Amino acid sequence: MQATQHVNSQLASQQSKLHVRAYITDNFMMGSQSKRLLDTDSFLENHVVDSTGFLELVTFLEERYGFAVQDDEMVPENLDSLNNIAAYVERKLEAHQATSLSA
Amino acid sequence: MLLHHLLERTAAGSPNQEALVFEGQRWSYADINLQADRLAAALQQRGVQKGDRVATFLDNSLEAVVNLWATLKCGAVFMPINPLTKRDKMAYLLNDARASVLIAHAVLLPEIAAALAQNTSVHTVWVVGRAPDFQAEDARLSPLPSLHTDTASPQAVQLIDQDLAAIIYTSGSTGEPKGVMLSHLNMRSAARSVSAYLQLLPTDRIACALPLAFDYGLYQVLMAARVGATVVLERSFAFPVKVLEVMSRERVTVFPGVPTMFALLMNLKFIDATRLPQLRLITNTAAALSERHIQQLRALFPQAVLYSMYGLTECKRVTYLPPDQLDIRPTSVGRGMPNEEVWLIDEAGQRLPLLPEGAAGELVVRGSHVMRGYWEKPAATAERLHRDPLTGDTVLHSGDFFRTDAEGFLYFVARKDDIIKSRGEKVSPREVEDVLCALDGVLEAAVIGVPDALLGEAVKAFVTLRDGAVLNEREVLRHCLSRMESFMVPKTVIFVDELPKTDTGKIKKTGLR
Repeated sequence: MQATQHVNSQLASQQSKLHVRAYITDNFMMGSQSKRLLDTDSFLENHVVDSTGFLELVTFLEERYGFAVQDDEMVPENLDSLNNIAAYVERKLEAHQATSLSA
Repeated sequence: MLLHHLLERTAAGSPNQEALVFEGQRWSYADINLQADRLAAALQQRGVQKGDRVATFLDNSLEAVVNLWATLKCGAVFMPINPLTKRDKMAYLLNDARASVLIAHAVLLPEIAAALAQNTSVHTVWVVGRAPDFQAEDARLSPLPSLHTDTASPQAVQLIDQDLAAIIYTSGSTGEPKGVMLSHLNMRSAARSVSAYLQLLPTDRIACALPLAFDYGLYQVLMAARVGATVVLERSFAFPVKVLEVMSRERVTVFPGVPTMFALLMNLKFIDATRLPQLRLITNTAAALSERHIQQLRALFPQAVLYSMYGLTECKRVTYLPPDQLDIRPTSVGRGMPNEEVWLIDEAGQRLPLLPEGAAGELVVRGSHVMRGYWEKPAATAERLHRDPLTGDTVLHSGDFFRTDAEGFLYFVARKDDIIKSRGEKVSPREVEDVLCALDGVLEAAVIGVPDALLGEAVKAFVTLRDGAVLNEREVLRHCLSRMESFMVPKTVIFVDELPKTDTGKIKKTGLR
């Protein structure tokens, strides 16, 4: 059971990375001219997303995954690379699931 | 006295005073001065002479600060380029200024290499940070010389305060950015007047999340050096929670910003302002704060006074509203600052008298902070700089319309040109339209600014397509993202069959919304 859950959350993480990558590419990236964004690359340092862009990114995550991003979660550790976002989304969804299961 | 004497005087008088805090590291005024000396000597070794333009393409960092002072120390002209700038515009800027040296962050290399391919004036590019084999990109590239070696001090350069200290590019209504030429005297005067009315102190700790490539960001460093205060530099304001944490830890006393930063701050659900007990000054520039944000900021940070200010790159600062006036006239940008005269003129250029019922007209600025002109653009310069018959002074016609109240306080009415202010940055509709029209399939484009809660004004584009062309909004935006700074990229693109025209066939924007 736990193993299945682990595989599921890994799948979810892969999927969210794909979704977020597509969103970032569509909304912030400049297409063929730009170098390929690595999963670990900082959006900020690489000038992919700017200060107001992160607010749009937060809105996208909230709408796409149905959870609320709290003030103290709006930090680079959660939002400033594809890997960070995928891990954050995974944690949020797990927490969300746990609350709905116990409810 | 020259601009870099601000640093040298503080480094001599208070060498151990903290000058800069960045990403947990700290440097004293003596440290910064020593590193600037080393870099200045290295620039001279590369043949940099008085008057040469040294361009920077740097995010906020130690290097951005050191390079500013190093450039001034060797008599060269400091030329900051916004790190959001894309290759074609960057090439234009380097070519227009005929820059000799470029100092840039490694992450920006793709844009730099493409810009350099269109430029011959730059002989040296120093790269900050790691990058794989960048010399293969262009032989002019090499790593920034170490700031920690025992290089000798720079050779003395004969300068007077009328020599150029900086060229700062600004958007113009013709579409071509113009280089605002500022002398040592211009910048020292502005730094002195602003720090005087803000009453900055050596004990102040200034949180600077504004880009140093933006003039109010740059002036935080200049004003801090002038009084011996500390700059707590942040890379950006993208994560307000993080900036607030640093501000609390570093016991920040001064917080300069632009309306979009304050809007991002107000977007947070909860801010514990008691963690910033030392905060005493909040300053706003670039665009007016909404009354709502003024109220929110004051309610949130009752320990701080708020300064509303107005300025333009051509003279840095024009007016400020004394905080005790904020309740009486919240929408006013105030009055002229120390050592400056401002007045309004009518359409014929006649000075308007101050009347009890107030007046309305174009704002004129007189003072030693008024620019020397636009770099190699005599016609554009002649539009803005005029000789004042009473004093013989060169005065600046701001291009902005204001009205006054009975006591002479100024209220912004409108711009003479159609420049859009988005995120506090000037956006030239013409520049955006030119980029749009360069996209295959686009026939005509018209760009306007529309009110936006976060950005102040959002850029909105109306586009007509050539016969048979098929484009969607996404494709147009991607094209824009690759060619202009992100704040210039339209927020919305509307496809229309035709654009409204005047009788002479010019696009008429008055009907567009």
